Amino acid sequence: MDSRVQIQSEDFDVARIYTELRVQAAGHAGAIVTFVGLVRDHNALAGDGADVDALVLEHYPGMTERSISAILDQAQTRWPVSGLRVVHRVGELLPRDQIVLVAAASAHRAAAFAAAEFVMDYLKTDAVLWKREHTRLGRTWLKSTSQDAARVDKWHESGGLT
Amino acid sequence: MTSQAQTLSLRGNVTMVSVRFFAELREAVGVAELEIDAMDLDAVFTVLAKTYSADVCAQLRADNVRIAVNHELVSGNPTLSGGDEVAFLPPVTGG
Repeated sequence: MDSRVQIQSEDFDVARIYTELRVQAAGHAGAIVTFVGLVRDHNALAGDGADVDALVLEHYPGMTERSISAILDQAQTRWPVSGLRVVHRVGELLPRDQIVLVAAASAHRAAAFAAAEFVMDYLKTDAVLWKREHTRLGRTWLKSTSQDAARVDKWHESGGLT
Repeated sequence: MTSQAQTLSLRGNVTMVSVRFFAELREAVGVAELEIDAMDLDAVFTVLAKTYSADVCAQLRADNVRIAVNHELVSGNPTLSGGDEVAFLPPVTGG
C-alpha cells in the first residue's frame, strides 16, 4: 500500500493534506504546490451542451492505486520532490465537488510546480479510472481527449514515462 | 505415455481464472466478472466468443482496450494460472 495515494468516495480536506506534507518535509521544503480538480456543471466534452447533473467515477481497486503510484515514481525520478500526494475520489460526484488533489513539496518552487503538473497530466491518460457523465439527455462514458494526450506527449518528448 | 493418459491429464488440468470488465465494457458484456476455464488469453477470447455477440467481442478486442493480468498490463497471449485475474480496461478518463 502506497501512502502517497488515496482513492476514496468521501471528500478530502486540502488543508489537512497540505499540513501533513508540510510536517513530513520537516524544513527541507521551500515550496508546496497543491492542485484541486473540480466537477464542472457544464461539460464541453459531451458536446450536447446539457448541464451535468452528476459525474460517476469507476475504478479498479488495487490497479488504480498501482497506476497512480507508477506516475508518482516517475515524477520523483525527474524532480527533487520531498513529498507527493494524490487523493482521487470515486463514486458519484456532483457539480462543484472536489474530484482530485495533487500536492508536491520540494526545496524550490520550479520542481514543485512541474511535478504537480506532470502528475496531473498523467492522471488523465494513465490512471485506471473511468468517468460517466449524467445529464438530462442520458448517461455517457467520457472519451479521452486529444488535448490530454498532447499534454502527455509534451512530457514524453522531454523524457517522461516510457 | 499412452494418448489416453495424456488426454486424462489434459482433462484434469482445469485453469479457472476470473475475468473482469470495466466501464462501458462492463455494460456491453452485462456482467462485471466471470469465472472461466482458460489456460491463456487466446482461450479467454475463445470462451467469450461462445457466449457473447460478435459485436461485443469486437469491442473487447478493440485496439484501444488494454488488458491486465493480476493488475499488470499485458500484450500478446500470456499463459494463465489458476486464480489469475484478467481485466479488460477501456480507455481511461480519470483526473
